[in-house]
Amino acid sequence: MSEDELYSPRNPWFSISVGVTAAIAVLSAIVGLIWLPLLQPNLKLAGIWDAICSAAGVPNLPRPAAAVPPAFKTSNVVVTPEMLTRQDQVSIGRGATLAQRCAICHGPQGVSDANSPNLAGQYAAVTYKELNDFKTGARVNVVMSPFAANMADQDMRDVALYYAYLPRVPSSQVNPNLPAPAIVVTGAPMRNIPPCGSCHGEIDIKAGSPWLGGQSAVYIKAQLQAFASGTRRNDISEQMRNIARQMTAEEIDQVARYYEAQP
Amino acid sequence: MLINKRLILAHFWLAFIVFGAALVLGAWQMFERSPLNVWHFNPEFYYRSVTAHGTVMGYVFPTLVAMGFGYAISEAALERPLVGRRWAWAGIALVAIGSVVAMIPVSLGLASVLYTFYPPMIGNAFYYIGVVLVVVGSWIWVALMSINLAVWKRDNRDKPVPLAMFANVAGSYLWGWTAVGAALELIFQIIPTALGLTTTIDAGLARVFFSWTLHAIVYFWLIPTYIAYYTIFPRAIGGRLYSDAMGRVAFIMFVVVAMPIGVHHLFADPQVGAGFKFMQSVFTGLVALPTLLTVFTICASAEIASRLRGGRGAFGWIGALPWKNPIMLATALSLVMLGFGGAGGLINMSYQLNTSIHNTQWITGHFHLIFGGAIVIMYFAIAYDLWPHLTGRTLDSYGMMRTQLWLWFIGMIVTTFPWHYVGILGMPRRMAFYDYANPAIAPQAFSVVISAFGGLILLTSGILFLIVLIRGQFAPRGEAGAYSFAIPLHMPARIPVALNSFGLWLALMIGLTIVNYGYPIGQLMAVKNTSVPAVYVGASR
Repeated sequence: MSEDELYSPRNPWFSISVGVTAAIAVLSAIVGLIWLPLLQPNLKLAGIWDAICSAAGVPNLPRPAAAVPPAFKTSNVVVTPEMLTRQDQVSIGRGATLAQRCAICHGPQGVSDANSPNLAGQYAAVTYKELNDFKTGARVNVVMSPFAANMADQDMRDVALYYAYLPRVPSSQVNPNLPAPAIVVTGAPMRNIPPCGSCHGEIDIKAGSPWLGGQSAVYIKAQLQAFASGTRRNDISEQMRNIARQMTAEEIDQVARYYEAQP
Repeated sequence: MLINKRLILAHFWLAFIVFGAALVLGAWQMFERSPLNVWHFNPEFYYRSVTAHGTVMGYVFPTLVAMGFGYAISEAALERPLVGRRWAWAGIALVAIGSVVAMIPVSLGLASVLYTFYPPMIGNAFYYIGVVLVVVGSWIWVALMSINLAVWKRDNRDKPVPLAMFANVAGSYLWGWTAVGAALELIFQIIPTALGLTTTIDAGLARVFFSWTLHAIVYFWLIPTYIAYYTIFPRAIGGRLYSDAMGRVAFIMFVVVAMPIGVHHLFADPQVGAGFKFMQSVFTGLVALPTLLTVFTICASAEIASRLRGGRGAFGWIGALPWKNPIMLATALSLVMLGFGGAGGLINMSYQLNTSIHNTQWITGHFHLIFGGAIVIMYFAIAYDLWPHLTGRTLDSYGMMRTQLWLWFIGMIVTTFPWHYVGILGMPRRMAFYDYANPAIAPQAFSVVISAFGGLILLTSGILFLIVLIRGQFAPRGEAGAYSFAIPLHMPARIPVALNSFGLWLALMIGLTIVNYGYPIGQLMAVKNTSVPAVYVGASR
C-alpha cells in the first residue's frame, strides 16, 4: 500500500473521486451561475458573462450620474446629539427677550391653548432647526416664515435655548391612563413604520426628534397630514414623510390624541 | 487498552459538568420565553443566558467529548499509550481556562452577543479571547490525533488503520479546517474591534467566515456519534458491523463535503451571490449521502445481531433485538431523531423552501433535534459504555439508564416539535419576549407552553444522567476487561490505500473550499467601504 499508487489516474479511487467531485462542482456552477440566472426575465442580462457576474454577486455599482437638485429647498441643518445641549445663561437671557414676540401664539411661558406648538421644555436643537428651516424656506408657514426671515443665527440659538430652559407644563388634556396605540409602541413593520416611541421618547430619543408630550392634537394631526401630502418636506432623508404616507387616518388621529394626553 | 484513564475521565467530567450547567440555563430560557412566565425578567438576562448556553453547548461540551473520546479511541484502537500526554493535559487546561475567561464577561452582561457572535454587535474582548483559547486547546488534540496515527502507521505499515481511529482522525481534520473560518473572523475582524483598534467591521465578510465554521461544526459534533454507531453499537448488542469499508466511505465524504457548504446559512444574506448559494446548496444535498449510508449500515448491523439471537422474518427480527441494553435503546432513539431532524434539514438546505422558515423557531427546533437529540443521546451512550473501563467500577443501574434515555428522547420531541410548528407559523428566533396577548401570535402560545415542559423533561433526564455517572464513580470495583470495538462481518485483509489515508481527501476538501468560498471571500475583501460601525454590547450609552 504505497502512497505513490494513489495519486495516479490509473487508480480508480483517485480518478473517480476527483472526477465526480469536479463534475458536480462544474455542473452546479453552470446551473447556478449561467443557466438559472438566464431563466430570470427580470434580471435583464446582456449575455453569459453578465449572467455569471450577476450570479457571482459582483457589485453592480450605479454609474455616477449628475445629482438632480430638488425643485424645493431642503433643510441645511446638521443635527448632532451634542447640539445645543450646553446651558448658557447669557444666551437664555437674550432668548427670553427675543421670545417676547413669540408669546402671542406660543404663550408667555411657552405654553398656549392656541393649537400652536408648546415650546416650553422642547429640545433646543429641535426649535433651532425649525426656525432655521423657516428662515431658509425649507419649511413654509404664513405666520412663522416672516418672523424667522430676519432672525440671525445667534438669535435662533438663543430663543431655542430659552425655550429648552423653561419647565414643561402638563397640558389641560393630560390623561396618563390612555393606552398607547400600537403604532407608538410597536410601529407597523409590514408597512415599514418604526414605533413613534423609538425616536420621540418612551423607548428611545433620537437627536432632532421633538418631544411630543402635551402637544396640541390639532397641531400633530396637521403636521402628519402635511408630511403625508408632501406639503411639509423639511424632514431629513424623508423619514417623517415615509412614515406619515404609510399611516392610516385612524392611526394619525390615535397618535395625535395619545401624545396630547401625555405629560 | 486504556492507559491514560484520568486524562480521558477529566475530559468527560468537565464536559458533563458544563453540560449540566448549560442545560439549566436552557430550561430557564424555555420558560422565560413562554406564556408561563408572568414575572417578565429583564430581557438582557435572556440574551446573557442564551450566549452562555450556546457557547458551552456549541464550543465547550462537544469539543471536550470529541477530545476525550478521541484519546480513548487512540489508546484502545491502536493498542498503545497516547503519544504527547503532557500536550493533551495542556489542551484540556486551555479549554478550561478559555471557558472561564469567556464566561466571566458573559455573566457580567458585557458580551450578550450569542455564540454566533453576530457582528456588528461587539462584546467584551475577553469573551472572544476565551473562545479562541478553547479552539486552540482543541487544535492540540487535532495535532495529537494526527501524530498518534502517524506513529502507529510507521510501526504497522501493512495493516489497515482501525475504523474507529480512521473516523476519529477524519473528525479531527474536519474540525481543524472548519475552525479556521471562525478563527479568521475572530482574530482579524472581531477581536481588533473589541479591543478598540478599529471602530468599524465588515459584518458581511464576518458572516461568510462564520458560515465556513457554522455548518461543519455540526459534523464535528456528529462524528463521535457516528463512531459510536459504527464501532460501539454492533459490539454492544452482540453483533457484527455490516461493512467496514462503508464506514470509511461515510467518514471520508464528511471530510470532503461537510465544510464547503456553509453558505446555506446565508441564503437571506445579500453579500453572497445567488450562484454561489446554489452551488453550496447542491453540495449540502450531497452531505445527506454519508448519513443515508450510515443508517443503512447500522440497520444491517442490527439485523445481523438480531438473527444471531434467533430473530426471524422480514420485520420480526426487530422485536428480537436486545431492547433492554441502553446502547441499543440510545442508538434506536438517536436514529429516529436523526430521521426527523434530517428531513427538516433537507427543507433548510433548499434555497426556496428555506425562505419560509429562515430565522424562525423552526431553525432552533432543527438544530436542537439533531444536536441535542440525535448526537447528544449517543454521547450519553458513549459515557455509559466507557465508564466501567475508565473508573474500574461496575455501572449497572440499567433501569435508570433506560429511563434517562427515554426521558431525553421524549423531552427532545416535546421540545422541538412545537418549535418547528411555531416556526412555520412565523415565530422569529432569538427574541426574549413575545406578547402573547397580541391576537396575531396568540395561537402560538399553547405550543410554546408545551415546548417549555419539554425543557423540564430534558433537565430531569440530564440530572438523572449525572446521577448514573456519579453512582458509577462510587460503585464496587469490577474489572471491565479490555476496551474493544465492533468487528466487521468480513474483516478485509487488504484495504485500498484511498480508504486508509487522508491526503487525497484533504486535498479535495481544500480544493472545494477554494471553489465554493474563494470568490465570495475574495470579492468581499476587495470591495471597499463595506464596513459598518460596531455596536458595542453592554457599553454605557
